Amino acid sequence: MPVVVALGSVAVLILVAVAALFLVARPAFATRFVYGAAGLVALVLMVTALAALLGRVDISGEIVLPVGLPWVGAHFRIDPLSAFFLVVIDLGAAAASLYALGYGAHETQPERVLPFFPAFLAGMNLVILAADAFSFLVAWEFMSLASWALVMAHHQAEENRRAGFVYLVMASFGTLMLLLAFGLMAGPDGVYAFAEMRHRVHADWLPGLVLLLALLGAGSKAGLVPLHVWLPLAHPAAPSHVSALMSGVMTKVALYGFVRIVFDLVGDPVWWWSAVVMALGALTAVVGVLHAILERDFKRLLAYSTVENIGIVFIGLGLALAFAANEMAAPAALAITASLFHALNHSLFKGLMFFGAGAVLTATGERDIEKLGGLIHRLPVTAVVVLGGAMAISALPPLNGFVSEWMIFQAILLSPDLPQWALKLMVPAVGAALAFSAALAGACFVRAYGVAFLGRPRSTAAAGAHEVDRFSLVAMGLLLGLCLMAGVVPGLVIDAVSSVAVQVVGHDMPPQPLWPTLSIVPVSEGRSSYSGMLVLVFIAMSSGLAAWAIHRFASKALRRGPAWDCGFPDASPVTQYTADSFAMPIRRVFGPVAFRSHIERRMPPPGDPSPAQLKVVKHDLSWEILYAPISGRVARLAERLNTLQFLSIRSYLTLVFAALVGLLVVVAIWA
Amino acid sequence: MGLIRDLAVQGAQMVFVLLLAPLLLGLTRKLKARMLDRVGPPLFQPYRDLLKLVRKEVVIAENASWLFRVAPYVIFAATWVAAALVPTFATGLQFSWTADLIAITALLASARFFLALAGMDIGTAFGGIGASREMLFASLAEPAMIMMVFVVALVAGSTQLSWVANFMLTHASLRVSLGMALVALIIVALAENARIPVDNPATHLELTMVHEAMVLEYSGRHLAVIELAAALKLLLYVSLIACVFVPWGLAPPRSGFLPLVIGAVTYIGKISVGAFLLVFFETSIAKMRVFRVPELLGAALMLGFLGTLLLFVSRSF
Repeated sequence: MPVVVALGSVAVLILVAVAALFLVARPAFATRFVYGAAGLVALVLMVTALAALLGRVDISGEIVLPVGLPWVGAHFRIDPLSAFFLVVIDLGAAAASLYALGYGAHETQPERVLPFFPAFLAGMNLVILAADAFSFLVAWEFMSLASWALVMAHHQAEENRRAGFVYLVMASFGTLMLLLAFGLMAGPDGVYAFAEMRHRVHADWLPGLVLLLALLGAGSKAGLVPLHVWLPLAHPAAPSHVSALMSGVMTKVALYGFVRIVFDLVGDPVWWWSAVVMALGALTAVVGVLHAILERDFKRLLAYSTVENIGIVFIGLGLALAFAANEMAAPAALAITASLFHALNHSLFKGLMFFGAGAVLTATGERDIEKLGGLIHRLPVTAVVVLGGAMAISALPPLNGFVSEWMIFQAILLSPDLPQWALKLMVPAVGAALAFSAALAGACFVRAYGVAFLGRPRSTAAAGAHEVDRFSLVAMGLLLGLCLMAGVVPGLVIDAVSSVAVQVVGHDMPPQPLWPTLSIVPVSEGRSSYSGMLVLVFIAMSSGLAAWAIHRFASKALRRGPAWDCGFPDASPVTQYTADSFAMPIRRVFGPVAFRSHIERRMPPPGDPSPAQLKVVKHDLSWEILYAPISGRVARLAERLNTLQFLSIRSYLTLVFAALVGLLVVVAIWA
Repeated sequence: MGLIRDLAVQGAQMVFVLLLAPLLLGLTRKLKARMLDRVGPPLFQPYRDLLKLVRKEVVIAENASWLFRVAPYVIFAATWVAAALVPTFATGLQFSWTADLIAITALLASARFFLALAGMDIGTAFGGIGASREMLFASLAEPAMIMMVFVVALVAGSTQLSWVANFMLTHASLRVSLGMALVALIIVALAENARIPVDNPATHLELTMVHEAMVLEYSGRHLAVIELAAALKLLLYVSLIACVFVPWGLAPPRSGFLPLVIGAVTYIGKISVGAFLLVFFETSIAKMRVFRVPELLGAALMLGFLGTLLLFVSRSF
């Protein structure tokens, strides 16, 4: 039974975490042991889950352990939905472990990372395996705390401590919301096992409230705007392989939580749910990418790009909800397949990009792209794989990011048949937001790659960088290979996800023909089709043909000289275009709306020889509108309650007595 | 037998667009010169320029990476494949199911991605400025293009260009939404091809240039390949407008020799008219400031969006 294998693997992960505690005295061995073991276990889990997803093994059956709530126990099982997310998670985990075999050797404080890494993996797997609300929440909180410990690994830096604090607050908030959502669904009888929970009949108002709570709970973990504020702080603070896990994989656990609650447990969807989900998704995609494009910190840029991609997945989920609510099963299957596909794609290319950022960090010690440049000469292999990742994340054919976004566009084109007017008016705007964020993502990664890897080095660290170790390169190459495969033969992924679509929306996409066309046909041949394989072959053939013909029949001569630069080349690397200057036109066009940004000029008075100053003022609106007032109130309230700390013993006894009386009165009235 | 003929037609289309693209460029230059009362370069001058460039030695900057040398071929290949997928003289081409209109847009985005990266590779201020502005324009032009695709796809019920063209042939009717899409597509085409009022194809050494700034460091065969790709892109957009909005004369799938010839002749007529209209528009308007361009492209995006919205409200618009 695969669930036994999976639970056993999780137990092994926890044992590895415990063993790591005793091995930290020998860091080199401990690093190899922990990441090697974690990678192997993740591989076992992934293969098991893949077999379960493809229906090669019997997945029926459930394990009930006598822990947790006494009248429920701890239920664990695997169904297609959880199998799919297990594959995504353990694929990312295996790649991260492989990468960490090399990257982890540079860790200055391995004792703060090694024990928590396998624990984090175990937590994420347990969330997916859990089949009752109690174990789900315990695993969820375990995952949050393990990842919090990893965020705090480098706690000496002030900004990391702040990131850890914000993360802890937001994670607790998210878990609280999920707790309330499960509490509502379980009802007064305490039906916590998923198998029984999904058959409960709810009052009319309840499912909508559960949706909102799930959006707050799972959405805050996934990074939905405006709950995303912790994500660009916390994800980059962790070591890079953990950043990759948090961004590429833990957000998928959050997506799983959302899909599990909204599509599976709470019952049939209502159409307005999709409006809420789509609106939040579109907002998230646009806000995320606009932040990303102005960011100078490579890892934080990637974290904002995660926010964008989560928005895209939520757009797909919203479309699936809209179709499912109107009983349009085939379009719903297309939309859910597209969003699951995009979730998989994001885990692949975001892992790859964070590994690349980690490689750059190892090689140069810099996260600020303004201090990089010319790395394509110093890190030749990393430059190739990161270029591939940047193409995939910018949704360019023939890589995988394009396929899933193309499928979401196809789903949007089916939505004029939706009967609700609100949705009819909304879906085109969502489509425009999706196209807009895809185009901006391209600009964002041209900027990031162009400034960091191309041009001339802007610092001595960048000029003296050396290629990173083999483990890291193999891990990145592996992910790039998977990105290419998912982009070139997307039919494999679509067919693999079909059982999930059947489980979630009761229908699946038509099986995709592998031969002879190799193209994916979401609805019908006449409507739309796309073949990544042929696009790749055509591009390879025509570029090869052009290069061959020119070199064969015309000129092969090549000479190197100084750059032309309109006749005035300047040897100083500071004359290059910087990341800020690259982003300036985009900031100028979209900034006044998105960030209320403006430029403050300070001119010295006449006669004062000090230089004039220009300062870009940029506001993070979700922080200022939502969080700053709340945290201000909380701080003021805490200030006021602070007096309670310094009372006499008599006052405390009076307070205790008053509380007791008050509670007794409440109980008396209640009964 | 049918397969071989289809493959031959597809191959002919690929060679056809490749050979025709410089001619379209030559035609626009000639027409523009005549409208300005100049004699203008010969019609076939672009071919000669390309031949000259191909034969020349390449001079590249000392710190140019492999990406700088590979990018021209990738840009060319992506543009060529995209141009070959737009029906020119016949519909139902063998490989038309390879990529639909959205994929063609994305192929052009791939070409632009590499062009912008190549602009940044040497590390000069000009390359960076060009790349930055190109990506700014793209961030609005691409959604506008996708919105235009939405309008066409919702009218025709397909994003496959061959199907769209056949639908337009058989169910031709005047629609508000299609009019909006046409205007949006024309604005996008002007921006994407670096034409006035967005960019000036004739300019050099000006701070306002976008496309030329990115390719400033290229020379010899690399420049030739990039120029050819730019010519193909212009042809692609003209063919796209022709195939979606004036599809008359296109040879149906699996047709005989005569319809193919008729299709080719009408196609050449169509792109000549397109070139004339483009030149007429360019000579009668001034170039915009860079930061006015987003407003123009925003108008295209809004038009495409309105068209889509109208079709979501009712299919009859």
